[in-house]
Amino acid sequence: MRARAIFLLLAGGLICFLSVCGRRTAAAPAEETELSGSICLAGSTSMEKLSNALAEEFMEKYPGVRVTVECVGSGAGIAAVLSGAADIGNSSRNLKAEEIENGAVENIVALDGIVICVDPGSRVRGLTRQELIGIYTGELTDWSQLGGDALPVVVIGHTAGSGTREAFEEILGIEYACQYANELSSTGAVLARVASTPGAIGYISMEAVDGSVIALALDGVEPGAENVENGNYMLSRPFVMVTAGELSGQGKLTRAWFDYVLGEEGRAVVKDMGLALPGGQEGRERGK
Amino acid sequence: MKIRGGIMTENAAERWARAVFTVCAWAVILAVASITLYMIANGLPAVFKVGFRELLFGRVWAPTAAEPKYGIFHVILASLAGTVLAVLLGVPVGILTAVYLAESGRPGTGFVQQAVELLACIPSVIYGLLGVNLLCPLVYRLELRIFAGSKTHCFTGGANLLSASLVLAVMILPTVIHMSEAAIRAVAPEIRAASLALGASGVQTIFKVVLPAAKPGIAAAAALGVGRAAGEAMAITLVSGGSVNVPLPFESVRLLTTAIVGEMGYAQGVHRQVLFSIGLVLYLFIMMVNIALNRAVKKG
Repeated sequence: MRARAIFLLLAGGLICFLSVCGRRTAAAPAEETELSGSICLAGSTSMEKLSNALAEEFMEKYPGVRVTVECVGSGAGIAAVLSGAADIGNSSRNLKAEEIENGAVENIVALDGIVICVDPGSRVRGLTRQELIGIYTGELTDWSQLGGDALPVVVIGHTAGSGTREAFEEILGIEYACQYANELSSTGAVLARVASTPGAIGYISMEAVDGSVIALALDGVEPGAENVENGNYMLSRPFVMVTAGELSGQGKLTRAWFDYVLGEEGRAVVKDMGLALPGGQEGRERGK
Repeated sequence: MKIRGGIMTENAAERWARAVFTVCAWAVILAVASITLYMIANGLPAVFKVGFRELLFGRVWAPTAAEPKYGIFHVILASLAGTVLAVLLGVPVGILTAVYLAESGRPGTGFVQQAVELLACIPSVIYGLLGVNLLCPLVYRLELRIFAGSKTHCFTGGANLLSASLVLAVMILPTVIHMSEAAIRAVAPEIRAASLALGASGVQTIFKVVLPAAKPGIAAAAALGVGRAAGEAMAITLVSGGSVNVPLPFESVRLLTTAIVGEMGYAQGVHRQVLFSIGLVLYLFIMMVNIALNRAVKKG
């Protein structure tokens, strides 16, 4: 009697389970379930947040696909995609001529602003382009010269090879002319150091800024997605997902990834991150 | 009694044991040999590409410039300065602590012993975090006071050679204390007794008799401290600043270890190979310290 009851219960459960499974397979469109495998993104630490957010949403949509994000820096990311070690290289700067010669193709997925931030105790709320150049080339060394309290400026930057550093120095025209007090190897380290050092100034990606530091206006323009999009904020740069060769020549998975990232859903994620969309030609030109 | 493993005969068990021990011993030798080979194979190409003199004695480090410069002279100097400073700060404290532990016989020694052991267990990254949050602000205050009004000094915000050396000094304490304490305890009690019997006070005995007798062991302790300080990366990457400068106490510096950790992620091409060369320099440096240590121990 008892054994029979258990048997019935198990059988009932099995039928329910099977029917649920059946419905699931039937409901999903055929092309989505076909996708399986893994996509490897490697590159910029500045693009870590964006890449992870996109990867999570993408994997939710295509459960058969695994997306891995490695944050090794822009240069290394591009090298990885060209050598075939990664499917997509994340670069937080435009490609260099020699990289394009080697077959790298630039796919801009978002526009980022490089935010100048200072420690929370600072009274300064904005700088001009000239003042910023003066600070980073070591001509202006005290906040009293910039409308703040008398306190030495502690100039913080990224290590050589960082996409953020290359974009920052290139836009301001101060390549290899910077006098850094600290050179740190990640966006998070710069943020933490600026937040904890009185008189510190640093530059980081717009999406990484949080309440622990004060973001400065540049030439009176506040950093923000809107001002980056319309080209008013001068320190803007593209977030590029590099492929080896044109998009049309990519594998099925990579094409699906770009369809997603450049499509409605991907753009919504970019917007959520507080980044600007690469709509107009204007933004593209400014980044160069 | 017979040594038997299950169905095996005595001889078979012996042979098995010998094989297992031999394999284990060879694994260690293989590991050392392959690491050495790997470092030389990966570190040498850049030395030839950049040039021995330019690499080791060049003063400009600009790996991503249009005309890259790979001079690691300041990086090597910074590593030497950081290590020497750490040893100068850490070893005297370590030796005196060891004397306290071995000689005082006070009831508090057990507690100190445990504290030293705890110090040895703390992961190095924790030292770094504490350095950033506690030490750097203090050092920055000192820096502000010393260089007040200076127009030429580049303020580091407390992340400089001094901070790195202080962190290293604390990190080498457990090693130095353990080794020195063992050396002091190994001094024959008759020597102490003779000194005391001749009328020397306790302190005189320690400094004039016991410590000189324990000198080889203490030298070994200092050498191990040097090795530990020179090889540490995680803790000091957060507090050393990271710019390539002449290593002065209040300058932001990059050491051999932090150069590798900081740039490996971004580096490519020759830059990456140069980082391996830096690794080779570090490897050779630590090897030399260890050989010197072995000699010192054998002499003792």
